[in-house]
Order: sequence, then structure tokens, then C-alpha cells
Amino acid sequence: MDLLIFQVPILMVQASLDGILLGILFALIAYGMALQWGVMNIINIAQGDLVILGGYITYFMYLSGIHPALGVIVAPAIMYFVGVGLYKLVINKVVDRDLFISILATFGISILFMQLMNFAFGADVVLANSEFGTTMLFNNSVTLPNSKIFAAIISIIFAIGLVIYMRKSKLGRAIRATAQNARAAKILGVDTEKVYAATFGINAALCGVAGALVAITFTIHPYMGLPYTIRSFMIVIIAGLGNLPGVAVSGMGLGVFEEFADYILGTEFRIGSVFMLLVLILVYRRFKLSKKREYLK
Amino acid sequence: MINKNIILYAAILIFGVIAPFVLPAFKVQLSILCILIVLALTWNIQGGEMGYNTFGNILFYGLGMYLCASVQVGMFFPLAEWTESGGEKTFVHTPSQFFQGMAYGLVVAAIVPTIVAGLIGYAILGLRGHYFAICTLGLGVAAGEISGGIEIIGAGQGFTTPPFPEVGDLEARGEFFYFLSFLVLVLTFIAVKSIYSTRFKLILNAIRDNEDKAEAMGIQTMKYKIIGWMISAFFCGLAGGIMGGLVGYIDSTDVAFDGREMGVFMVLMAILGGKGTLWGPVIGATIFHIFKEGFWTFFLGWQYVALGVLIVVIVIYFPEGIMGWLREKYPERFGEVVDEADRKAQVELK
Repeated sequence: MDLLIFQVPILMVQASLDGILLGILFALIAYGMALQWGVMNIINIAQGDLVILGGYITYFMYLSGIHPALGVIVAPAIMYFVGVGLYKLVINKVVDRDLFISILATFGISILFMQLMNFAFGADVVLANSEFGTTMLFNNSVTLPNSKIFAAIISIIFAIGLVIYMRKSKLGRAIRATAQNARAAKILGVDTEKVYAATFGINAALCGVAGALVAITFTIHPYMGLPYTIRSFMIVIIAGLGNLPGVAVSGMGLGVFEEFADYILGTEFRIGSVFMLLVLILVYRRFKLSKKREYLK
Repeated sequence: MINKNIILYAAILIFGVIAPFVLPAFKVQLSILCILIVLALTWNIQGGEMGYNTFGNILFYGLGMYLCASVQVGMFFPLAEWTESGGEKTFVHTPSQFFQGMAYGLVVAAIVPTIVAGLIGYAILGLRGHYFAICTLGLGVAAGEISGGIEIIGAGQGFTTPPFPEVGDLEARGEFFYFLSFLVLVLTFIAVKSIYSTRFKLILNAIRDNEDKAEAMGIQTMKYKIIGWMISAFFCGLAGGIMGGLVGYIDSTDVAFDGREMGVFMVLMAILGGKGTLWGPVIGATIFHIFKEGFWTFFLGWQYVALGVLIVVIVIYFPEGIMGWLREKYPERFGEVVDEADRKAQVELK
């Protein structure tokens, strides 16, 4: 093999570390998707576009002279209201409907967001430079930008914070109750409409955090949303709904896979390999499930 | 009733044949309309009749497009040099080469996607509901990304299809592609209509309504799902091959595997017209095409905003489509026997 990664094995360490840090970020987005999938039974194709929108908020803070790291506080605050507004406008009409309706409706939102962002922010690839510097490891052969480490730490903090919030707070308990049985929760006095709005808002806020981190560590572009949706969907189906450690692990696994695919197949096949992996996982899942004995209910 | 239908079909056929001479300025638009109707009709076999909402039929469309062009070029000239020269006229097809290449290209463009549909159909048609929808979405995007990285078919810079040879007058190119796409449309319509009058359609509907029960009744659902998808792929491939020649330039993500335009259009057209009906996709595609052309011309730049809003509005407020709405309004016309008291009760319920 004449591939660079096999000639210089230290690159494998580089790819693994990059992948794990990236994967933690993916896991955060996937966590938001798992949350609203579990509670509202909706697959949000616009998830990735919410991420990108969060990224643009951070980018504009950076342009106006504020340090982009503060974006992780401002972006979720704004995105929460974007999420609630989106729920009130569109999503509440598709909650109880056929799943395909919600997929198509959010697909429409995704196209709309893409184009509006393209108008508002231009079609250039941008990034918010945090100027955090880099860390050198292993005798300077592995380079880690500090911004990636920062992104991973912030993601972990937000994820843990949300888990605690879901366990302890009143709204968190209401959300979990609605996820288990919406009808029973309604009977017991939970305002499910409010819970749904809050869930979608929290999901959007998580996307906002992730977007801010994406803007700091990588680049953003109006049309880059869909891969983030697919990644988070993939992570959720590998881990299974409601399996948070699984989300974290499969997120990191996906990150590492992507970095290796980048080195081995070449950058032009990176996104393609992610989508192919999705197809392969779903096919694997189908053949695994078809071995199970089934019966009619 | 039968007489009425024959008159209707004859009128459409005659209009189809004379249209390019009556409306010469709209030849290209009419050809695109034919292609769109074909795509909507074939999507309807999955999404409407079978209940498998796919975003992946664009895969066969794009595949057909690339295959047709590759065969047309590769039969006579080295393909790699053709794509490398990026459409510069280093090689020129003679008229007979062009038409011969197009004919073989269309055959390949129809057959290979059918085989591909059979193979991947076996793997992914076992998925249900949203897993299937997302999986096919992934397939479409993956095909676009991957074909954008393959050098021999032009990679990122695109693939120029052979230019139309200089035969006949200036109108010849438009007329050729119009009649080709109209022929495919007629073939597709006949195929779909004859399918819909057989037991096969009932099986597809049984799969849509309750797949587990259909299986319990002894129907080999997988077999019929795969056959249904292969029929779609056959006509999608043909449509793609013609569209490639019509556009004259193939780009991996903007023309061939264009999930953001064509891939959504076919779903939207079928839903707009009314999925699960024969005429729904035809009507939906026609209205959609008129709307789209108007919007694309007068509000250039805002077309995707309009498209996004349109998708949301149609899906939320109008999921039954035009045919569904008509059916609710005039059930007698659709051969349904309606009890007057029953209808009044329903109106009161609303």
C-alpha cells in the first residue's frame, strides 16, 4: 500500500484523536436528535441546518469583535427561540401525522433554511477564528488545535448538564413522561403541547451550541447541513433511542471512521463515505432484524 | 364511459404529436414536462401504491444519465480523453454515430438501473417507514458525492454529452428530444396503466395497507416490492438518459443526482397531484412545472425559498393532493357508491 497513513503510522494517532474530538461534537447533535425523536417521534431533516445557523450566529459575533467562544452561550439562547418558533409554525401540525409527512415537511424547512442562509450570509465558506493556538504531542508529530479540545470539553459539559436537567427538573420529568406515554402524561396534567415546544427548543439550542463549536473548529457553509443530519441519524440508530452512553461511543466511532476514510479514500469521498456507511448500517440492521422471529400483533 | 376515455386519450396523443409545431418556442419545456411526468408516475408506484416513500429514485435517473452519455461517447471515442478535454470539440460524432450511440445508450440506461434496483432492492426494501426514506435519501446523496470523485466521467468538472449533429434544420434537435421524451412518456403511461389494472397493483396496495398481513396471506411481498422498484428504475433510467442529452451537460450533484431539485420534485409532484392515483402524478407534474417555470423566471434566486415553502404547505395542508380532494368532493365520479345519509353524517361530523 502506498497510502500515506500506512507509511507514517503516527498519522493514525492523529486521525484517531481528531476523530474522537470530532465524534464528541457529533454525539452532541445526535443527542438532540434522539431527544426529539424519542419525545415527538419526528425525524428532523433540518437538524443540520439548525447547526449551521448556530454557526453563523457565532460567526457574526466574531465579525463584530466579540470572542467566538462566547457563541456557545449566545447561539443556544437564540436558537432556543428559533426552535420554539419553528415548532409553533410548522412542527406542531405534523407531530401526530404519518412519519413521512414529518420527514418531508422538515426537508422543506431544510431547503428553505439553506437558501435563506445563502441569501443572508453569502455562499462563502467561513470560519470564526478563536486563536486558541495548538497543542503538540508525541515530539511534535501530532498536532491538535486547542479549539477542538475546547469544543469537546464544551460538548461534554452541555451533554452532562442536560442529562442532569432531564433527571432533576420539573420540565425534564415532564419531557420524559411524555416520551414514555404522551396520553397518560396528558391525563396526569402535563401540558404536552408545551413539552413538545420545549423539547424542540432544547434540540435547537443543542444544535446552536454544536454550530458555534463547528464554526470555531471547522468551517461553515449554507449547504453543509445535510451531512450533520445524516450523521446524527446514523449515530442514533446505531446507539438506539434512549441509550446515552451508546450515543457518545458511536459518535466517537463515526468521527474516527470519517478521519480514516479521509486519509484512505481521499477528501473528495469523505461525505460520500458517510452516506454509504449509513446505507450499509441500515442494510446490516435489516438483515439482523429479519433473523428474529416475528409474529402479527 | 369507454368512448369518453378513448376520445380523451386520442386528444392527448394528438396534442402531444402536434405540440412542438404549434408551440415551437416551448419545445424544450414540453420535453422536460414529459420527463417530469415520467418521474412522477414512476415515483407513484413506490410512494403511492406501495407505501414505500423513497427519495432514492434519483439514483436511477442519474445512473441512466451517466450511462447513456458514457455509452454514446465510449462506443466511438476514448471516454477518458473526451471528459478530459471538457467538451472541446476534439471528437465529433457523425449523425449515424450519434443516433446509434443514443439508441444503445438508452438501452443500457434502462437495463443497468433495473438490475441495480433489483440488487439494492433486495437489501433495502426490507426496511420500513422512515428507515427506508432516510436510507434512500442517503443513497441518492452518496451516489452524487461518489460520482463527483470519479475521474473517467468528468469528476467535479462535469461531463459534456455529445452535441447534436447537424442534420435537418435548426429545429431538429428540439423536435428529436421532444419526440423521444414523449415516446417514453407514452410507454410509461401505458405500462403504468396496464400494471394498475392487474392483480399486481392490488398486491402493492396490500403491502401499503398492511405488509405483515399481506405476508400472512401468502403474498411474497419482497418479490413484488423488488419488481415494483425495478419497473420504476427502468423508466427512471430512460428518462435520465434523455434528460442528459437534452441538457447537454452532466454534473454529478447539480444535474444527475440532483436530490435538492429533481429528487424532491418527483415526490412533490406525485403528492401535489394525489398519490396512489393514475392521473394524479400527471396533473401534479403539469401544474408543478407551470408553477416552477413561472417562479424560476420571475423570482430568480428565490426559487428554493418558494420550493421550501411549497413543500411545507403542500405536505401540511394538502397531503391528499388534487385527485384526493376531487375524490372527496365528487365520489360518484370515481365509481364509489355513496349513501346520501352517510355523507350527511360525515359532513356534520366535520
